[in-house]
Amino acid sequence: MSKRYEIRFSGAGGQGLILAGVIMAEAASIYEGLQAVQSQSYGPEARGGSSKSEVIISDGPIDYPKATIVDALLALTQEAADKYSVDLKEGGVLLIDSELVTKQPKGNFKVVSFPITSTAKNEVGREIVTNIVALGAMVALTGMITRENAEKAVLARVPEAFLELNKKAFNIGYEKALAALA
Amino acid sequence: MGKKVAFLQGNEAAAHGALYAGCNFFAGYPITPSTEVAEVLSAELPKIGGKFIQMEDEIGAMAALLGGALAGSKALTSTSGPGLSLKQELIGYGCIAEIPCVIYNVMRGGPSTGMPTGPSQSDVMCAKWGTHGDHPAICLVPASVQETYEEVIRAFNLSEKYRTPVMVMPDEIVAHMRERIVFPEKGEIEIIDRKSPTVPPEQYKPYDTSFGDVPPLASFGSEYRFHVTGLNKMQDGFPTTKASVVQEEEERQVRKVEGNADDIVKFEEYLLDDAEIVVVAFGSTSRSARYAVNEARKEGIKAGMFRLITYWPFPEKQLLALAKRGVKAFITPEMNLGMTHGLVKGCTEGNAPVLGIFRVDGEPINPGQILDKMKEVK
Repeated sequence: MSKRYEIRFSGAGGQGLILAGVIMAEAASIYEGLQAVQSQSYGPEARGGSSKSEVIISDGPIDYPKATIVDALLALTQEAADKYSVDLKEGGVLLIDSELVTKQPKGNFKVVSFPITSTAKNEVGREIVTNIVALGAMVALTGMITRENAEKAVLARVPEAFLELNKKAFNIGYEKALAALA
Repeated sequence: MGKKVAFLQGNEAAAHGALYAGCNFFAGYPITPSTEVAEVLSAELPKIGGKFIQMEDEIGAMAALLGGALAGSKALTSTSGPGLSLKQELIGYGCIAEIPCVIYNVMRGGPSTGMPTGPSQSDVMCAKWGTHGDHPAICLVPASVQETYEEVIRAFNLSEKYRTPVMVMPDEIVAHMRERIVFPEKGEIEIIDRKSPTVPPEQYKPYDTSFGDVPPLASFGSEYRFHVTGLNKMQDGFPTTKASVVQEEEERQVRKVEGNADDIVKFEEYLLDDAEIVVVAFGSTSRSARYAVNEARKEGIKAGMFRLITYWPFPEKQLLALAKRGVKAFITPEMNLGMTHGLVKGCTEGNAPVLGIFRVDGEPINPGQILDKMKEVK
């Protein structure tokens, strides 16, 4: 049977996690030639409340569309980190925003941490691209999709006026994750 | 040149499927988790000269749907549980007046406002018995984005062919999930349009059974003038209380669907040939079931799945045949408290035990739950 790779983006509503998941899945499905399913769950609130977006990537058909044992997890709130890190598989990877998740969850997984939101705000210039910084980092950490294909998927999703901003966000995220891993 | 592909949500695929089927009229009222259908069609319908109307509420939307459909449009509305409840009186009207139209209902937690963003499969009974009285019911339950696209097309075809409202009911997971979809070329999938009258206007009767159980339908407002009512009617459309006519008409309306169940009932048989345990599942739950069946096979358990694609008419004949062939047990996992369970029990006539897995907490039934249940079967 084909192999499943499971990614979960988690945090609060309004952080752009669903879009990050959608782009990751699109990159896999349309640009990388793999199979992918993206699903989500969120509360009725427009902002705040918990939010998660899941992406399953496989080289074969994907039946169950939700995550079972997570290979890679992004947590942008302490609550999400506490709640979802237990689903990480042994040897999996957890990416956290070092300023938002101050208590690092412990387990048999790798933790990669850098100030994701501050990076978006101060180095890219707009907090709104936090999700794209995080996505860049997740692409680097998961290694499921090439950097080029992921960047293509990002750029296909954003309005023309914001292409450069998002490109910068994606690449800074990618580099920072590699640096944090090293 | 390869076919056009995209990465879409179930709801977005539904809207594009409707356009492929020739939908040119949408009336609705936005409601989570179905709003994306309205969103896409509000942008797309004006481009092809179609009409998009956001009505004041779900009742008004259903009324507009019937009006548009009767006037000759291929009409769609999209809604979710609370909206489906509100539409019921007019759904009955659509059934008795025999108006072809498609109702796309995304199942979220209920009753009432329930859990707006949570998945559920608890509207399947409402699809048949939500409106009172004996009436035909067709309900399709897709399990993937591609299938949602295709089943919406089939819903339009069935509504036009049998001149009756048809429902498509994905659960919230299928509706909001994104997958790759391959669009069919124009002409690749057959599109069926309602039979138009062949007689001159002065001879036209809207329920003329000399043309069979599905009488031709003229566009209301054209030179064909006729009467439409929610009362029991005669062939010319005017009300009647004449016992023999009412009995005959009621039976015909139900027969035109039930009598053509073989044309309408669609299902997938997965690893059933030697299966001792048969999971009867639909929608997103069938995806968990497929996963569980595959896992079970690895452990030497002879499991298979009967996947419902048409929910109404229910595939009673097929399930009874399976039960009689000799099955150790049926398992019905569903995001409700046993709606399918009861139906499978009924139609398998005690030939095999039916074990249920019911979940209404807004979480999907996971493959592990189904696998555990399989292991309970002795």
